[in-house]
Amino acid sequence: MSNNQLREWYPFVGPFDPCPPQIVKTYVVPPNQFIPYQPMNLPQFPLNQALKLGTLWPALYSPYESKCPPRG
Amino acid sequence: MWVYEKKLQYPVRVSKCDPRMAKFLTEQYGGADGELSAALRYLNQRYTIPDKVIGLLTDIGTEEFAHLEMIATMIYKLTKDATPEQLIAVGLGPHYANHDHALYYENAGGVPWTAAYIQAKGDPLADLYEDIAAEEKARATYQWLIDMTDDVDLQDSLKFLREREIVHSLRFKEAVEIIKADRDTKKVF
Repeated sequence: MSNNQLREWYPFVGPFDPCPPQIVKTYVVPPNQFIPYQPMNLPQFPLNQALKLGTLWPALYSPYESKCPPRG
Repeated sequence: MWVYEKKLQYPVRVSKCDPRMAKFLTEQYGGADGELSAALRYLNQRYTIPDKVIGLLTDIGTEEFAHLEMIATMIYKLTKDATPEQLIAVGLGPHYANHDHALYYENAGGVPWTAAYIQAKGDPLADLYEDIAAEEKARATYQWLIDMTDDVDLQDSLKFLREREIVHSLRFKEAVEIIKADRDTKKVF
């Protein structure tokens, strides 16, 4: 996922861990965390795009991609 | 009262036979942070919340029922044609024994829904902060569900629902700001 809503952290990797380590863990910080109260007159998506994305406001849009490998 | 529109809030298309995913999706149907919990939590809290934010709880609580209907559609489509053998193979044997192909308000582990999942504390800040937390937990649940399926059509509907949780969370944060504002006090600068 290439967007600035993703945060990374690096958990401790022990010498005797039974499974291959996950070096990097990530979590999403969606844009609602930085808006205490939505200002008036923000830019809007075109309506058909807004209906598809689930929000009228680009400032509130948070993309998310599956970690499941694609089929085929 | 409500007016019912005989259509889903967002299209639900399932393009892969995957009854196992139905079991996972049940978390958002009858789980602690699921859509049923959300709808009932907000629509119950609204009676005892300051009147400036009652409308918000009504609107979001109503939308949660629209989301519940979408989740139900996903689960139904994924299980309606499954044989008992297929259901047993994905861990839904106990569900079939109790419910046949019927949907039921339970979480992904089969624990029935309980009112203990939701709170109404009567304190506006306590209630609204619970609502904000519930929206973020539901957003996280949708992320883990999106991670577990490679069906892009199912992912599409789940991404829509995830975005709605983000918008709802902000609206509840705005409600907190409204509650905090000391509007009846005359301010002299």
